[in-house]
Amino acid sequence: MTRFGVVVFPGSNCDHDTYHVLKHVLEQQTEFLWHNERDLKDSDVVVLPGGFAYGDYLRTGAIAKFAPIMQAVRRHAAEGGLVLGICNGFQVLQEAGLLPGAMLRNKGLKFVCKFVDIRVESSRTPFTNQCQRGQVLSIPIAHNEGNFYADPRTLGELQDQGQIIFRYCDNPNGAVDDIAGVCNREGNVLGLMPHPERASDAALGSADGLLIFRSLIFAAAVLPA
Amino acid sequence: MKTLEPITPDLLQQHGLSAQEYERIVAVLHREPNLTELGIFSVMWSEHCSYKSSKIHLRKLPTRGPQVLQGPGENAGVVDLGYGLAAVFKIESHNHPSFIEPYQGAATGVGGIIRDIFTMGARPIALMNSLHFGPLEKPRNRILMEGVVAGIAGYGNCIGIPTVGGEIYFAEVYSQNPIVNVFCLGVAKKDRIFYGRAHGVGNAVIYAGAKTGRDGIHGATMASAEFGEESQQKRPNVQVGDPFLEKLLLEACLEAMKTGAVVGIQDMGAAGLTCSTCEMGSRAGTGIEMDLAKVPQREERMTPYELMLSESQERMLLVADRGRERDVLGIFEKWGLDAVPIGRVTDDGVLRVCRGNRLEAEIPNRALVEEAPLYDRPARRPAYLDALPSGPLPSVPTTDDLQGIFQRLLSSGNLASRRWVFQQYDHMVRTNTLSLPGSDAAVVRIKGTPSALAMTLDGNPRYVYLDPREGTRIAVAESCRNLVCSGARPLAATNCLNFASPENPEVMWQFVQAVEGLAEACALFETPITGGNVSFYNETLGRGIYPTPVVGMIGLLEDERTCTTAGFKKPGDAVVLLGETREELGGSEYLAAIQKCLLGPAPRLDLERERAVQATCLEAIREGLVRSAHDCSEGGLAIALAECSLISGLGASLQLLESVRPDALLFGESQSRIVISTGQPERVLEIAGRQGVPGRILGQVRDSVFEIRDFIRMDVSAMKEIWEDGLAKYFRVS
Repeated sequence: MTRFGVVVFPGSNCDHDTYHVLKHVLEQQTEFLWHNERDLKDSDVVVLPGGFAYGDYLRTGAIAKFAPIMQAVRRHAAEGGLVLGICNGFQVLQEAGLLPGAMLRNKGLKFVCKFVDIRVESSRTPFTNQCQRGQVLSIPIAHNEGNFYADPRTLGELQDQGQIIFRYCDNPNGAVDDIAGVCNREGNVLGLMPHPERASDAALGSADGLLIFRSLIFAAAVLPA
Repeated sequence: MKTLEPITPDLLQQHGLSAQEYERIVAVLHREPNLTELGIFSVMWSEHCSYKSSKIHLRKLPTRGPQVLQGPGENAGVVDLGYGLAAVFKIESHNHPSFIEPYQGAATGVGGIIRDIFTMGARPIALMNSLHFGPLEKPRNRILMEGVVAGIAGYGNCIGIPTVGGEIYFAEVYSQNPIVNVFCLGVAKKDRIFYGRAHGVGNAVIYAGAKTGRDGIHGATMASAEFGEESQQKRPNVQVGDPFLEKLLLEACLEAMKTGAVVGIQDMGAAGLTCSTCEMGSRAGTGIEMDLAKVPQREERMTPYELMLSESQERMLLVADRGRERDVLGIFEKWGLDAVPIGRVTDDGVLRVCRGNRLEAEIPNRALVEEAPLYDRPARRPAYLDALPSGPLPSVPTTDDLQGIFQRLLSSGNLASRRWVFQQYDHMVRTNTLSLPGSDAAVVRIKGTPSALAMTLDGNPRYVYLDPREGTRIAVAESCRNLVCSGARPLAATNCLNFASPENPEVMWQFVQAVEGLAEACALFETPITGGNVSFYNETLGRGIYPTPVVGMIGLLEDERTCTTAGFKKPGDAVVLLGETREELGGSEYLAAIQKCLLGPAPRLDLERERAVQATCLEAIREGLVRSAHDCSEGGLAIALAECSLISGLGASLQLLESVRPDALLFGESQSRIVISTGQPERVLEIAGRQGVPGRILGQVRDSVFEIRDFIRMDVSAMKEIWEDGLAKYFRVS
């Protein structure tokens, strides 16, 4: 059984949704990790959920990177541990320097909540090993600042190193190169703007998000402890 | 206590108090009030807080039923859901602030209604809103709508409560008086409901949340008067919202309630510290004594008057068991929030406000609450009702025109797609939303049970204007119909009654008629009213709104799998109409948008027929016979059928046979009609027959072409382009 830790910033609001999928749908051992603590409770996989970490009145995630729990997350990542950032979690990982690029406001200048199709660009990652390359997943987005930007050199590196893991089929926010999700160079930290936890039950319109969580369970099982 | 400032007629007018009301204040105090006390009376006796013009009429509403755990008079209504759970829900208006400052006005409206729900011990699970604006052709109306929608989104999205539905309505009368009504629904454990009551002499009164500033002073008084030309100067009266702080407050309050040390709790909404203290005392028959020096303040040198009347947002008042204050305070500390004991519960029924050793105000709670003035204002049938042109109806357009009219209706403000709006709302967070916005009712599942809750907000101000009683009955019927189309059994209702000035006898007549219509229909559908809100004085420079009652209704699906949506599902399915089309065009969107006229009468509602149609639909859904169900309302049958196609992308081939003039056949708004798609039409018709409901097969669901024979034939994709652009075209970012 994989041990998941779900980070809770005071303004996280998808923490319980993520916990519900991991704990009750996938029946994995799952713990909340309070932002003021430094203990990851032996988590194999750390998930930073969506929300508004500290209100995000400043740049999204700009305060969260200083949270005590982030020191532990950085260490976990440096040791090769798996880290998944969803939406606001992705933004926090960028601010913390664990993922490249930055988020601009959506091109339409409005918050956008809707189902989108994203294409899996690589199945050779801990986050997508249960998917096929080229497979299209239906997963909702819900953000105001999801317009991924990286300078041309960084973007070139992301493309060359195969770090672009998800692309939008129909770009909803102006993201450069249609990027919906990227990983770090080592491949153990991934951020994506769509919410897989919202697509983990057919009654809600899609269960495609489960593929991402199942990939993590598979990866954690084969990773050396 | 000395009166430092003489109470002049000018001062009374600034406080919205009449000379008679002032005399009454002197009588209940047995002395002249000081300025702080005058301020306290002015907000508590304002229309907004006291319901002085509406209360005697609201008593006519049915408020009891086996399902009702708490009716009107508390922060929100409470209804039994089974499984040891209760639904807590309410609607509130934020019309006046939203007109002055659309973003913050709407945002703080959302913040206020959320506090009303979690103050009862419930976890808020869904938000809705009812918005009314002037036509979008006017730039000012676009600015208002864009700001209001962004404010609702900004608050709800951040705090993480999905905005799952609602209604938007356009008419010229709302240009100067937009309507912003917000609804929140929460779920609590049935035996863990909290009330706004200051029980237990000696218990601690704790202030928690945001610091008090000078914002929003006299918001309640502002909401109790009409606007003149200088209304923009009232901007400083509008509060500023902080959804992140409210998220912390929500979590901290729910956690504090688990300690068992919280005796009573109420949010500080309109009239802030004043209202929460005297209402909590009044409900429990106790008094409260507090020291303003202890109130956390964000501005310097605030006077007692300002502290008592501030409407700073995101503040709560708690009463905690004596000796267990630390248990409560520790939790607020954990969430990084101010929480300070500011006083005690006393046994003398008096609100006693000190600052340090100085007594600043001393008023019996019942004088502020129970003994607030009540008015039986004169009512007179409005002259316009007799002056309304009653026909003949404009001549029937040729059939060639009907497709053109259909296309224009698809893009008209009241019928076009609401996607531009609901896409800005996070409607999926909490992962319970079973029906995406755009269906008849919003449906959210209740995790841990097999059931789900459906909810809807409805009203048609044009009908109410034409016939206040019938129009309001229709609003109740339509609410129930929307719930039934989603597979839910209607449970209970809340309401927001938006009207112009009650001091105008014609407005008062509309109000009384509407309340009586509401009472009658809610009694028949067995959907008691559990709470609500009255918003008067929706007029600017003497021009009032249409009478605008908004009915909010919740319903229960015992099995979430019976959740049904409006869009067609499968080519080949039969399309069945339950109910019948009469030759009715009065009050229709077609007359307003195409013929540019407002003619009566409103459609007739036969409550017994309505009930039979709903019973048929619900039984068919529960039997598993129904693939889609959609209420037929604004825009008539043609638009209802088109919506089933627009939502799904599937076409239909249909024929309407009633011998009714073609425009009434397509666009008339006869009540008590539901469009169903089904694979087993004979079984649906059999149920209809048993219920005495006319039912007829109109045709079949098809792949991509929408056709009503002899009148309309279009590709669904072409229809969709027109429909989707109806609102979006006004807001395009170039």
